[in-house]
Amino acid sequence: MSDTMPARRRTAFAAALAGLAGLALASIAVGVGDMPLGALMRGEGHAALLLFASRIPRTLALLFAGMSMGVCAALMQMLFRNRFVEPTTAGTADAAGLGLLLATLLAPGLPPLAKMAAAAVFALAGTVLFLRITERIPFRGAALVPLVGLMLGGILNALTSFIAYRFDLLQSLAAWTTGDFSGVLRGRYELMWLTAALAILAYIAADRFTAVGLGDAFARNLGLDYRRIMGLGLVIVSLCAAVAIATAGTVPFLGLLVANGVSLVMGDNLRRTMPWIALSGAAFLLACDIAGRLIRFPYEIPVGTIAGVAGSAVFLYLLLGRRYRLG
Amino acid sequence: MADRKAQRARTVLLLLALATLVAAAAFLTVGARGPWGFVLALRGGKLAGLVLVGAAIAVATVLFQTLTENRILTPAVMGFDALYVTVQSLAVLLLGAAGASAIDPRLRFAGEALLLAVAALALFRLLFDGRRGLHLVVLAGLVFGLLFRGLANLIQRLIDPNAFAVLQGMLFARFNTMDTTLLPVAALIIAAACLAALRLAPVLDVLALGRERAINLGVDHARMVTALVLLVAVLVAVSTALAGPVLFFGLLVSNLAYLALGTDRHLYTLPGAMLIAILCLAGGQTLLERGLGYDAALGMVIEFAGGIVFILLLLRRTRA
Repeated sequence: MSDTMPARRRTAFAAALAGLAGLALASIAVGVGDMPLGALMRGEGHAALLLFASRIPRTLALLFAGMSMGVCAALMQMLFRNRFVEPTTAGTADAAGLGLLLATLLAPGLPPLAKMAAAAVFALAGTVLFLRITERIPFRGAALVPLVGLMLGGILNALTSFIAYRFDLLQSLAAWTTGDFSGVLRGRYELMWLTAALAILAYIAADRFTAVGLGDAFARNLGLDYRRIMGLGLVIVSLCAAVAIATAGTVPFLGLLVANGVSLVMGDNLRRTMPWIALSGAAFLLACDIAGRLIRFPYEIPVGTIAGVAGSAVFLYLLLGRRYRLG
Repeated sequence: MADRKAQRARTVLLLLALATLVAAAAFLTVGARGPWGFVLALRGGKLAGLVLVGAAIAVATVLFQTLTENRILTPAVMGFDALYVTVQSLAVLLLGAAGASAIDPRLRFAGEALLLAVAALALFRLLFDGRRGLHLVVLAGLVFGLLFRGLANLIQRLIDPNAFAVLQGMLFARFNTMDTTLLPVAALIIAAACLAALRLAPVLDVLALGRERAINLGVDHARMVTALVLLVAVLVAVSTALAGPVLFFGLLVSNLAYLALGTDRHLYTLPGAMLIAILCLAGGQTLLERGLGYDAALGMVIEFAGGIVFILLLLRRTRA
């Protein structure tokens, strides 16, 4: 339980970090544009431009996005006390999409930051609505909660598509909803740094979220302000979802499977698991994106498609496998 | 008592039939400009498509709900529609885009429907092994749907990344751009399936009592289940080939039918659900297309309303 990691785990984490760095380097190296190392060394214009304007921003965006998806899923599992809740199974991501669409329609001149803020407000409202609905279910069956969340997301999504259809924005909508990092360039991803900051904030408060995950009464007994921690968690999750939607789109179930995978091995103490969850989320998303760039070279398959398939397959394995005995 | 129930169901059916006729007539005539021969031929084709899709989805859903003894699950929620789109994409991948459009669409459809039937049966066996709770099965079904949709998307991108959008429009149907070459075949299949379902109505009533009681009353349960899953798969294949996947329509229609008819007897619920489905599609399309000028929106309106009904059903069921 102590905060300092034992030596063995520290070595393992260092090795995993090195692996992630390797993946990041691979992601920087893989692409259609030619970027010879020699030209880079000599500082030639084209190669350097490619590196700093496209490859590095894309790789950073992938790292931050994967990290925040994992951390958000872990947070939501604690807040909702259900293993299968994450932004895409709670209406959060879909509400963020609706907010972004409305902001784009009603105030097209707004700067990206303001649009993102609008999306975050909607995401928060959507998540709170979901929370209220789940509170109304007297028997909170483990599978019922994400089921209602998926449905809520579907309803919000139908509303969003209808508005988008009405105003000829269906194409932009498709761009937000399937995660695709091919359009990430310098100047268009900087909001992603915000998710890194939020992930660190979540890590600092990790112990409190773990306590909340043990229940209202338990958290109060420890002298914690249950509602305030709940609120903090929901705000972090909503902001992350909004940034993800506004920058590169979201990926269903990624956070869910990463958070579940790590907690199967290491348990539910967020202080201990969160670095691993962030790291595996980033690694998974990076690997999927690199695969998407290579499978049909020189064409690209959006990472959302690949990670979506992989994510739902693993989610099904978790659901139907023997490990969780669900009613 | 039973007679009064049947009386009421018959009256409701009659009213529904009248309303459906009015909606169909409105669909054919409202806002028509130009020579009648042309208008009626064009809109008649569309109406036939709507009728067939409505009937197929309604019957498939009612059969499936009887089979699984619940009123929340539908073939679409279980991912059968999405599975069909995956099978379609796979066929195009194996044959090549050019090869796929060269083959007689009816032949291609037959092959794809067969594949779907086999895959659907396997999926059904996997999920309904009797050990899992309803919520888990529904959740797993939905995630299967997402998985199949993702796979279809992936396959379509692999086929030809440049022509992804074109391919999607050409080979995969949507509600507002219905595929009319399959209409005659679809009409035959759906008519046969509906007749079979109506003839089976008494057996279905027994089946709805639950597995143990049905066996006790002399129904060969295992065989009936297999036959019904296959029937449902064929109906889903037809409706998806014509109009693309529609997630919540069946759920909406079947539950409206149970509510309106006030009886569980399949002799009434099957035609009732069919009529309601056709009424919703023809009436809704007339209203949206002619009244409000929204051409492609019917699918979205259905998803919106269907999703809300689904949540209400889930919550009510849990409370009871």
